[in-house]
Amino acid sequence: MPEITREEVAHLAMLARIDLSDAELDHLAPQLSVILESVASISAVASADVPPTSHALPLSNVFRADVVVPGLTPEQALSGAPESEQQRFAVPRILGEEQ
Amino acid sequence: MTDWIRKSAAELVDALTAGEVTSLELTRASLDRIGAVDGPDGLHAFLHVDTEGALAQAAASDERRAAGRTLSDLDGVPIAVKDVLATAGLPTTCGSKILQGWVPPYDATVVRKLKEAGLPILGKTNMDEFAMGSSTEHSAYGPTRNPWALDRIPGGSGGGSAAAVASFQAPLALGTDTGGSIRQPGAVTGTVGVKPTYGGVSRYGLVALANSLDQVGPVTRTVLDSALLHDLIGGHDPRDSTSIPEPFGSFAEAARTGAEADLSGLKVGVIRELRGEGWQPGVLARFDEAVEAMVGAGAEVVEVSCPHFVHAMAAYYLILPAEASSNLAKFDAMRYGLRVLPDGIEAPSAEEVMRATRDAGFGDEVKRRIILGTYALSSGYYDAYYGQAQKVRTLISRDFAAAFEQVDVLVSPTAPTTAFKLGEKLDDPLAMYLNDLATIPSNLSGTPSISVPSGLADEDGLPAGLQILAPALADDRCYRVGAAVEALLVKRWGGPLLDRAPDLTASMGVQS
Repeated sequence: MPEITREEVAHLAMLARIDLSDAELDHLAPQLSVILESVASISAVASADVPPTSHALPLSNVFRADVVVPGLTPEQALSGAPESEQQRFAVPRILGEEQ
Repeated sequence: MTDWIRKSAAELVDALTAGEVTSLELTRASLDRIGAVDGPDGLHAFLHVDTEGALAQAAASDERRAAGRTLSDLDGVPIAVKDVLATAGLPTTCGSKILQGWVPPYDATVVRKLKEAGLPILGKTNMDEFAMGSSTEHSAYGPTRNPWALDRIPGGSGGGSAAAVASFQAPLALGTDTGGSIRQPGAVTGTVGVKPTYGGVSRYGLVALANSLDQVGPVTRTVLDSALLHDLIGGHDPRDSTSIPEPFGSFAEAARTGAEADLSGLKVGVIRELRGEGWQPGVLARFDEAVEAMVGAGAEVVEVSCPHFVHAMAAYYLILPAEASSNLAKFDAMRYGLRVLPDGIEAPSAEEVMRATRDAGFGDEVKRRIILGTYALSSGYYDAYYGQAQKVRTLISRDFAAAFEQVDVLVSPTAPTTAFKLGEKLDDPLAMYLNDLATIPSNLSGTPSISVPSGLADEDGLPAGLQILAPALADDRCYRVGAAVEALLVKRWGGPLLDRAPDLTASMGVQS
């Protein structure tokens, strides 16, 4: 089982959209290695013919009656927004200037 | 004068029905108790107390009762709600800074059911951030203390709900259990907690940690109270696609039958793998006594092996972070919650704002698990980690299925130790994770389980719990057997275990 490096943690943090400080990276990387080491045993437990379980009690084709039920009003939906404008969520710029 | 706060919910129902007390009196008594023992410098079981709302709901309940129009048996009995459940008009933070001040525009289905049944909601209880933890120390708002020893943890993630009930601030509370967050706090605070069958209680409005494992359940001081609350919150919900459509029978009836303490004909399996090294001797001693009491009441006890349970923790700490990293992606600083602009960047992009916000808004444990989950799901590692964990999940369900061919219920101690000291395991994630060794298997298999007090450990005089595990949909067995064990042990102790808890008003130096 590979040890997780500080660089890998930095890359994962980028993928997970969390800015981690240098101090946090120093702290997290060894802790994650210890956790990964402790779960590594799992790779040898199940043989190839064991099916995976994603839900313990799976239900399929779950439908509800096709009737209109009240939803949130625009005011309610926007009530927790950090910023809103003209009944819309106002967000920072999505694209860079060169795009 | 009657000390109403120490009464069980079932006793309060009788007193309300008989006209001996009003909901307003009960709700005031709870709020007074909260005022006396809680707050950030006290037990800190509550993150938010809704004095005005609770009193208004209580007054309305009394009016209904006077007019002979009560909404349910529990109409007028106050309740506390874990802060991971959406409550319209009341803050819902999940113990996280990222949701500080968020007031949901809708009710969780279980909260709607409480309101429709007339239970005054006292407030929202403290928890580990996004329910990640076993000590409530990962709350961004500071830990909850254990009413049995103020320098110790109340368990987690639902330490607030358990402490509120154990310290007589509320007769009832709602919790959620993803890997033991109802049962382990129950064990270390001397209270009762139930994780229902997955799908038995609606998850709509429960802020998801790991949606294939999460369940809402009761947190109470007696088994019958848990059953009464479970009867109220359970049932099919079209808003939750994992909700079980078939109706369950009355759990209160199962608890009342169980209280007769006749276990003849019941086959009980003691799980071989859930004891041994690392288990506190006093916890095991109380467990063995509880099992002996079951034998005395006519149960047949055998040892059962569940060989894959030793891998449950490893599977859980891959599946949970994987689901959590995906669930928590919604905290993107755009539609609700915190928005933090990064330092030193002019006109930052949405992505830069999201990264800065998640750094500022999430605590250490949440970051650890999101990174771990991102790793487990990344290409190249998916099969080795997440895929394998899902297969182990199958093997654990098969262990349960094989065991339940031999016995009606399984038993184990709920947690390996009694409550540890605040701060002791805070920065040692693995040591913290080991608390959930015995509770995780039921979450992986979706099966129901209950924790009931088993007594005080000799080493430290702190409470321990007995866990009773039943097959899927057979939650009634948890109540029947749990109520029987409770009746047998309370008789042996000469009264409820919580009678032996220290007098908080004395130890905190406040006026009672």
